[in-house]
Amino acid sequence: MLYRETGQFRTSYAADQAIFPLRQDRIGLAAIALVAALAVPLLADDFFINTIMIPFLIFALASIGLNLLTGYAGLLSLGTGAFMGVGAYACYKLTTFFPEVNVLLLILLSGFFSAGIGFVFGLPSLRIKGFYLAVATLAAQFFLDWCFNRIGWLYNYNASGAIEVPTREAFGIVLTGPTATPLARYMAVLALVVLMTWLASNLVRGRIGRSWMMVRDMDIAAELMGIRLLRTKLLAFAVSSFYCGVAGAMMVFLWLGAAEASSFGINVSFQVLFMVIIGGLGSLLGSFMGAAFIWILPIVIRAVPATLGLDIGAATVEHVSFMLVGGLIIFILIAEPHGFARLWQVAKQKMRTWPFPY
Amino acid sequence: MGEILYLILIDPFVQMAELPDFFLQVLWEGFVSGILYALIALGFVLIFKASGVFNFAQGIMVVFAALSLVGLYEAGVPAFLALALCVLIMLGLALGVERLVLRPLVNQPDIILFMATIGLTYFLIGLGEFIFGGEPKVMITEELLLPTGSYAWEVMGGLVIFQQIDIAAAVIAVVLMTALGLFFQNTRIGRALRAVADDHQAALSVGISLNQIWAIVWFAAGIVALATGIMWGARSDVSFALQIVALKALPVLVLGGLTSVPGAIVGGLIIGVGEKIGEIYWGSMIGGGIEGWLAYFIALAFLLVRPQGLFGERIIERV
Repeated sequence: MLYRETGQFRTSYAADQAIFPLRQDRIGLAAIALVAALAVPLLADDFFINTIMIPFLIFALASIGLNLLTGYAGLLSLGTGAFMGVGAYACYKLTTFFPEVNVLLLILLSGFFSAGIGFVFGLPSLRIKGFYLAVATLAAQFFLDWCFNRIGWLYNYNASGAIEVPTREAFGIVLTGPTATPLARYMAVLALVVLMTWLASNLVRGRIGRSWMMVRDMDIAAELMGIRLLRTKLLAFAVSSFYCGVAGAMMVFLWLGAAEASSFGINVSFQVLFMVIIGGLGSLLGSFMGAAFIWILPIVIRAVPATLGLDIGAATVEHVSFMLVGGLIIFILIAEPHGFARLWQVAKQKMRTWPFPY
Repeated sequence: MGEILYLILIDPFVQMAELPDFFLQVLWEGFVSGILYALIALGFVLIFKASGVFNFAQGIMVVFAALSLVGLYEAGVPAFLALALCVLIMLGLALGVERLVLRPLVNQPDIILFMATIGLTYFLIGLGEFIFGGEPKVMITEELLLPTGSYAWEVMGGLVIFQQIDIAAAVIAVVLMTALGLFFQNTRIGRALRAVADDHQAALSVGISLNQIWAIVWFAAGIVALATGIMWGARSDVSFALQIVALKALPVLVLGGLTSVPGAIVGGLIIGVGEKIGEIYWGSMIGGGIEGWLAYFIALAFLLVRPQGLFGERIIERV
């Protein structure tokens, strides 16, 4: 009843191929867009925008990147953090060379550098598979990490070894650097994430996305049916790294303001992988839900003792939050191995048949 | 250009030939760290063989076992009693993991089980820090009657120094691996383990209890973790940084083949020796610190030739 599809006829091919063919989905999406673009900027304070909304959106984009690779093309990668780092350092060098150019454009451009690196480290995927490939991507993670530390050119040889974001603007508004307001940064992040999610959703529905899924389900069969594995797998690596690179550039330029090599360590890779798995492999919506859960959960856990007025040391809270996060991840995997995306589908089905389940 | 080629292709070997005693020392150091990598990889292989689970938590199990040992000792338990209690803790951990994590997740895709072990890693990190605190601890080497001195060996016009603890580590590793090998070959449980490793369903159909086997392999991996923790703790100290070092076991693992015990050992030695030599003779050229990633590249190079690792079972795919 609540989610009834009957009576919504599609009368043209264009309508049939719409991303959201159902009226309920369109209304829901419009509501979310209104909340994100109007309610959040009007109602939320800087703290909420800075610690929750901006990182959530950025990690959601990184999760989409990894999901394209792992969820759609079936190639497991543990190098996400490093690919994000490539984007960040590329963007830093680009802003150094082209101070006048619109910074949003530079953030998008830096994704291409990340895509190139991803392409190179994707080459072994033709030969090795599964966990063997995962370990191969760890090579990317540790090698790139080392590069961020050792190659002075990447951080302009400054003494701290960290990259500090310069003040840059786009369309006459200061977007990066210490003087940028959280609101301006939030709107920039939102715009980029919406744009790239829209691109991704079209990508995975089309020929490319379908060929990725064929490779995921069985690459030999896909090859026999005329999919060129070389192109398909490398394209998956490149596109995925592009998304991760843009997310990394946004992470430094629009959120943290400064970063060093350790900001892109293996823990970031695992965090994004968690988001993808908990959200649901092969689902863009799931990437958002996973990112929200994994990012917000520790913040909530840390805030609980203070709200309850308990006096617990910061270290203890940190340890307990580690335990809780680990335990909850296992619990969710047991309860719903297909992630939140599957829960949402189940919920939709329930709403469809409500109040008569049969 | 010629100079660079000289630095890469010739100079390191000249250095090796000029100082053979130093070269031997490097080889020995590489050998010892290789043994320790092999021990961690052995824990992975045991679990992967029997249950197909890529157990990311092996590294933190090493830390957790070592921390429990030192923590118990500091709480006033005699050293050997603490050791026995640690074995019991690892048994409890194995039973708990089997009951609470593996059994509910049976028949799930590999990646889900892999994620579950990462969740377990987070849980154990939190638990370990919660109980024992985050500071590094000193391993109770002498209390466990492990030797701490060193031998100097005069050879080729120089001195090569062997730490006794390293020799002990090598001996213990060899004993452990031999014992495990004999256990697998000659006991009833060992046969059951190999049957499960071969084919889960066939093993079930002849009446082997998968749950029991899984608990046993996790326990065996826990014992291996305890031994590794003691050895590694004695060489440096017991801290959570060990967990990062344990990631080095991954290239060892894929190099040797995920399912092969001899592969873990040979892989460990190749990686250990290779990365030490690479770091000492080639590392200085590009700024040092290449130990962090060299292992992965060595493994990658081997994998490109043999995608299933040196001793792994040949991967046969059918459409």
